[in-house]
Order: sequence, then C-alpha cells, then structure tokens
Amino acid sequence: MNASTGWTPGNAAVGAAISAIGIEIRDLGLSFGSTEVLKGIDLTIEPGEFFAFLGPSGSGKSTLLRAIAGFGPTPRGAILLDGTDIVGEAPWRRNVGMVFQNYALWPHMSVAKNVAYGLNERKIRGDEADRRVRAALELVGMEAYAERYPSQLSGGQQQRVALARTIVVEPRVLLLDEPLSNLDANLRVQMRQDLLKLQRRLGITTIFVTHDQEEANTICDRIAVMADGVVQQVGKPDDVYDTPANSFVAKFLGTANVVEGTVGRDADGAPLFRAGSGLVVPLRAGEQDGPAKMVLRPQSIDFTDGTGPDSVEAGVVAAEFLGSVIRYQVRVGDQDLLVDERHTRGVARRDPGETVRIRLNHDQAVLIRA
Amino acid sequence: MTSVALRRPARGVSLGPYVVAGLILLFLGAFLVVPVLKVIQVAFQDPGTGGFTLVNFQDFFNSALFRQSFFNSLYVAGVSVVIATVIALPLAYFTSRFNFSGSVIIQTLSFVPLIMPPFIGAVAMQLLFGSNGSVNLLLRDNFGITVPFMDGLNGVIFVQSIHYFPFILINLSASLHNIDRSMEEAAQMLGSSGLRLFRKIVFPLAMPGYIAGASLVFVKVFDDLGTPLLLNVNTMLAPQAYLRISSVGISDPMGYVISTILIIFSVFAMWVSFLGMRGKDYSTTQKGGGGIARRDLRPHEAAACYLVVFLILGIVLAPHLGLLLLSFGTVWSFSVMPDGFTVAHYGTALTSAGTFIKNTLIYAGLAGLIDIVLGTAIAYVVMRTGVVGRKWLDHIAVAALAVPGVVLGIGYLRMFYGIDMPGTGQPLATWWGIIVIALAIRRLPYALRSCTAALQQIAPALEEASENLGASKFRTVRRIVVPLMAGGLVAGFVTSFATAAVELSATIMLVSSENDAPLSYGLYLFMQSAAGRGPGAALGVMAVLIVGLATYLSHRLVEKTRRDRSTPENSGGHR
Repeated sequence: MNASTGWTPGNAAVGAAISAIGIEIRDLGLSFGSTEVLKGIDLTIEPGEFFAFLGPSGSGKSTLLRAIAGFGPTPRGAILLDGTDIVGEAPWRRNVGMVFQNYALWPHMSVAKNVAYGLNERKIRGDEADRRVRAALELVGMEAYAERYPSQLSGGQQQRVALARTIVVEPRVLLLDEPLSNLDANLRVQMRQDLLKLQRRLGITTIFVTHDQEEANTICDRIAVMADGVVQQVGKPDDVYDTPANSFVAKFLGTANVVEGTVGRDADGAPLFRAGSGLVVPLRAGEQDGPAKMVLRPQSIDFTDGTGPDSVEAGVVAAEFLGSVIRYQVRVGDQDLLVDERHTRGVARRDPGETVRIRLNHDQAVLIRA
Repeated sequence: MTSVALRRPARGVSLGPYVVAGLILLFLGAFLVVPVLKVIQVAFQDPGTGGFTLVNFQDFFNSALFRQSFFNSLYVAGVSVVIATVIALPLAYFTSRFNFSGSVIIQTLSFVPLIMPPFIGAVAMQLLFGSNGSVNLLLRDNFGITVPFMDGLNGVIFVQSIHYFPFILINLSASLHNIDRSMEEAAQMLGSSGLRLFRKIVFPLAMPGYIAGASLVFVKVFDDLGTPLLLNVNTMLAPQAYLRISSVGISDPMGYVISTILIIFSVFAMWVSFLGMRGKDYSTTQKGGGGIARRDLRPHEAAACYLVVFLILGIVLAPHLGLLLLSFGTVWSFSVMPDGFTVAHYGTALTSAGTFIKNTLIYAGLAGLIDIVLGTAIAYVVMRTGVVGRKWLDHIAVAALAVPGVVLGIGYLRMFYGIDMPGTGQPLATWWGIIVIALAIRRLPYALRSCTAALQQIAPALEEASENLGASKFRTVRRIVVPLMAGGLVAGFVTSFATAAVELSATIMLVSSENDAPLSYGLYLFMQSAAGRGPGAALGVMAVLIVGLATYLSHRLVEKTRRDRSTPENSGGHR
C-alpha cells in the first residue's frame, strides 16, 4: 500500500466554473417497503460549506446522501439545489458529484478514461478533455498514473482517482459517502486534511457522510447528527459536543456520563440536581424544577484529595489505559461514572477496590430535559 | 482467528496417493490422451509411407465439399452464437436489473432446453417451423408468405441456438449479478443513462461471463453431430467425419483431418474463454458496495418485458411442445396440428425399445459410477495430497471437454479395433463396455466439478480429527470424507447419468449392433423413418422426463445438503 500521500491540492485549473450553491432539504421522508428510513428531514446547508451527516449505521445518513444524488426510491418532500427542487429528477440530469464508498472505479477503463468519462458525456472531447483530465489528476497528485488500471492502484490512490473523476466535471455539489472507511488509519488522518484543502480550494459545497465523529469533527464546518432517520442536532462540532441536545448525541460524540435525576431546590432555594444514586450537583440559578438528565464528560470529573463540599466518595471499579489518559470506572452509590485522569510517567494506576474522592466540575455539566 | 491449511504438508508421504494417482493417470491415458493423440497423429501421417506429412490437410482444403463443410460449420457456429445472444441478453438483463416477477419463470424454463439433446427436438422443429410446418402453413394461409426457418443450415442454426442459449444466459446472468450497483450509479452521476450506460459500463463489465458462455456455445455447435445428421445437413464437419469413417472406413485419413480441425477449434475457443476471464474478476472487494441495482418496472414496461419473455420462451419451448404433439399425434403432415391423438406410440415405444432403454440404464449408470469414483479420487489427490504434478490429473480430466464426441469415437475405433477381447475374440472397439468408457470420459469433467465442490466444503480438520483418533487415511476417506461428500457425489452422478443417457456423437460411432445400442441411438433410428417418428417422439418425451426429474431431484438434494451442512461447516474452523 502506498503510504506517501502528502499531495497538496495544486494550482491546477480545475473548479474555475464552480460556484458554491446552497442546499435546502424540506420535510424529506423515504421508505423502503414498510420501513421508514428518513422521517421528515429539514436541513439547510450554506453555499461553500463543508457539512457532515454523522450517525451510526442504519441512521439514514447514506440514504439521505443518495437521495440528493438521485439514487434509491423517490423521496417525499423537497431537496432544493440553489433554490430549485430536484426530487424526481434523473441522477444523470442533476450534475451532483458523488464519491462512492467503494470508489466505483470502472475496472475496464484506465485512470485517464475513468476521469474523462463525465467530460465525454458532456460532449467535451479532444484537447479540451485531455487538458482537464490532466488538471484533475494533477489536483489529486495522480498525474503519473493516468495510464494505469484501477486494479493496479492502492486504496488511497483509487480514492484520489475517484475524487478526480467526480470534480473534473465541476459538479454543483460534492457528496462523499464514507470516503475514508476503506483506508488504513494513518492514511485516513492524512487524507481528511487533503480533502479539507481540496474543498477549500474549490469552494464547492460538500457533504461528507461518516459514522466516525472524529472525522466529522476535525474537518467539517457543521455537522448533522442523525439517528433512526431523524436529524438529532445540527451545529458546529464543538457546539454540538459541548451542548448535546439529547443523551444519544452526548454519547455518540465522545464519551459521556449521562446521569438521570431531578432538579429540585436546596435549603436556600437554589437549584440542585439530585441523582437517584444520592449524587447531588448544584446548578446555575434559573433552572426549572422537574426530571432531567445530566451530561458530564469524563474529563470534567477530577480525583481530589480534599474533602470540599463538591467532592464525594467513590470506589474504583476498573481502569483502562488509553495512553494520554487513564479512564477509570468509579461507583458512587449505585451510579457508575467514567473519570479521565491525565497520565503522567511514573504514576501508578489506582487499583480496583480503592476508595477515592472525586469532584464534579458542575459548571461543565449540561442538563438535558427531554 | 485461526487459519486452516487447505493442503497439508506431505513430507515423507506413503505410496498410497501415488498408486491411486498412477491408476487414474493410466485410465485417462489409455482412454483419453492416447486415442486423441492417435487421431492427430494419423491426420499428419502419410497413408502410404507412414511418415509425417501435411498432404492430408492439403487434400482436405483442395476438396470443394470439405471446404464447404468447413465454412458451413464456422458459419453455423458463429450465427448460432449471435442468435443465442439475442435470446439470452434480454432475459439476463431483465432478471438481473428489474424487480420482475417473470424472473423465476425465466430462470426455470430457460434451463429446460438443456435437458433435451438438440437432435431429439430437431424433427419436431421441422414439423412446426419447416417449409410445410405449422407456422409456415399459418403464415401462408393468412399472409401469403413463408419464412425458411428450417431450410438447410438455417434449421441447424435455429435448433442449436434455442438449445444452447442457456450457456450464455447462465454466464451472463452471473456476471451481471456481480456488478456492484455503484459502478452504474457512478456513470449515472456523471451523466450516462439508458443504452449508453449499458454499452459503455454494464456490458463491458459483464464481458468475461459473456465470452465464457459464447465460446462454449460456439464449440458445442461446431462439434455437434446429431442435429445436422437428423436434419439431413451433411455438408458440415462433424457429419462429414462420421460419414467418411462409417462409409469409407477407419483407414481414411479425412476423418482424422476433420477431427484434428474440430480439436483445434475447441482448444482455441477454450483459450479465448480463458483469456476473457483472466485477470478480469470485476467483483468488488471493497466494503461499502451496494449490491446489485434493481429497479421497479412501470406497468407498461412490465408489459413489454412480459411480451418479450413469452415470445422468447414460446420459441425456446417449441421443440418440447412439438415433440409432445408428435408423440400423441396420429398423422402429422401438411397440417397445423396432427390429424388426431393417440397414446399408441407410447405402447409401441415401450415394447420395441425395451432393449434401448435397458442398455441406456446400464451404460449411463455405469458411466456415472465410474465418473464419481474417478472424480472423488482426482479431487482428493489434487486437493488433499502432496503428489507431485497432481494438478495435471485435473487438467487432463477437464481437457475431455475440448474433445468432441466424434473425435473420441474415431480415436477408440482406431485404437481398439485391432485389439481382441480375451475369450470371445471380438474386437475391443465393438464391445459395449467401450461405449460405457467413452461416456464416462466425456462426462468426467461434470462429475469432477461436483466432487471438487463437495470436497472443498469439508474442513480438513474433520479428517485430521479422524486420523488423530487412529483411523488410517483409507478408512478416513471411507468413513468421513465420502459420507460428507454424499450430496455432491449424487449430484455428480446424476449429471453424468442424465447427460450420458442422451449422448449421441460418440455413441453413434461405437455402436456395432442394434442389440448393444442405447436410447439415443434408438431415437436416431426411429426418427429416420416417417412411421418411427411417433414412437421416437414418445421415447424422446420419456427421456426428457427422466432427465428432467433426475436433474430436479439432484438439485433439491444438493440444496438440502447445503442447508443441513451449514452448522458443522461454520464450526469447522473456517473463520
């Protein structure tokens, strides 16, 4: 496998004609037989935005992407590209670029022929086509491989050819279906940066489908977290991480302790979160009473030596060494919590069974009412 | 993850496998390799001096009749491929790309032609499509036109293409099924649709399968003897070879020249099919493939599909229908339908063809038995032992596919005519046993494929467990391997039996007396006379029923074994 990617989108004359357009999805529904896969999706994607559909398998994210490209059953609702509804339009009339998860390079054509295909379909041939094929291949650093066949390329190289094939026709939007899932871990990290550079250079509105929150968080402007055919939350990655709308989002984006309990009042009438396990966390003023869930990231809980008012006694249940941190599972009453402690060289792990004190950084906690 | 070594290291092996391999090699050598080489040798031999010469080939191409036969054979085989393609292409495309409820009908019925040898249907086709057949009578009465479906070479082409198109259908369907839908979607996304999409993406990707099927059809038609003989078309290569040997005698070099040409074309076609397949495994291994793309049909599209499918199936099933009518008809001549109906032909067939049926059961049964014994032994030696050069056993056995029946028959006559049977003093070539061996050799590739497939499904650990508990190699094969292979063995036996039962081209060369003749030869004799056609058709119907039933049962059995086996196979350490 070729590990040297390091290509930097060059100055090739590709994408000059791309003008960023917006995508608006209105109340989009779709069923496979009696199974409802998309349930009333509403989304607005800004021109030039690098947008991610993030969700577990079966969440409907790929189905939504394919609906934008025109594949699969015809959905209900509307998909507006630059203000025009394209639902029901044939895929070959949409000028929507898609890079497939398995790349879908045609094995009976050379790299150059693969890339030239879309140009030929647009009646662009001869020198003009050659020039644009070369430019597109240069853009992805594959100009030396024009006469190879797909089977002679590594996964990463195939991916770049697939990208070149898609962008050479200057599509109105770029759709990427799990583009990194067939690459090995190192290549994946490199490739996502390359993708970002390419997208910025072309300025093309791009949708990236992934189940990997790290991929989405690192390169996308905004993400839509999806589950069960419903958009759970839309926003910038850090906003969604910091302020999850529900416990699914909290757990899907990183690790989270989600503690069930109720909001009540202390003796002074200040709001207070009481978990069933006896855990008590003071809240900001203005929180309404009633049942709620509290989201606390493992890094928002510390071990402490003191016996201050916010600290509570806990028992260590298990420890996982993750490199930069050690993730402990501790038990407070009957509530299990995950606690990250920065790992320092030479410091031994806490043993299971040990009794410790932990302190919850309650200003980092998020209350979920749903 | 544990991995299973498919072949164990065979260091310091016993002699057993070598003895078995040697015996197989001896058999294949005596009854396949040497006879075929003998035929080729005689073709290059000066009849007078016995030295090497090309004069026989010169004589062949100097004769207008032989040149005509050569070009006719090429023409018939080529056009049959084209027509078979026209039939198979829409059927394969409909079943693999549309949610089309007719798919099951297509899949089932399109295999029906294969269970009836083409020569049986040929006579019936003449009655339906001949110049005075049902269709032309109707056309003449209603439109004043006739179509020469069955005139001369047309008849051979017509009968062969509707018989052999399933080879293209099966291979093409498999290829179309293996094309990931993203391949087509990527092209659609870039602006392709309809026929252009099919021409530029779908068909090129399905090409390997198509080439494999088409070259097989070409060879089968090029080599076939029975159909042209029954349609009285003698200016083709295989009939010429038969006629030269049966009328001029086994020393006439022309039969050998023709045989050599038949072999060359067979090998060439197999090579083309190999080239087509080589390095072109287009199935995707990346994850994220979408399976195959099927779409729903709009009502008018579905109606059009049904129309095409029923039209094709109507033509494809015509020989069967015609045969059925012929077997129940009293007199059928110059009329759309027979004058009346009777079951008398079946009575005649059963009383006068008893010997043929008995011979067929014996010959085909013995041939099938020989095939599965040989097939199991070859599969085992190739896959589970370290015998040096073991792959060659497989190659030689499969090479039988490239040997036309006529050629094998001629080779046997040449080789074994001079050898007398011990005791009786009868020439070995005229002994009924030689027919059995010819049938076994010709059908061995089919049986071998079943046996290999069956053995592949048995984890070597199951054998190792038996040996670990103290069983010898021989006892392990007998008590573990063979019982586990049973389903595959039965399937192999039935395939060999069914196809051997209706084989004609080698049989017709080797039958020396009517008492020794099997059913296919009997059918051929019956069909020669107008009075024999009714009983002949009745015999044909019975043969088709037996073969069809046997094929169906073996299919069911293999399916059942596969289901039953799924549990132990999963725990067999494959994953």
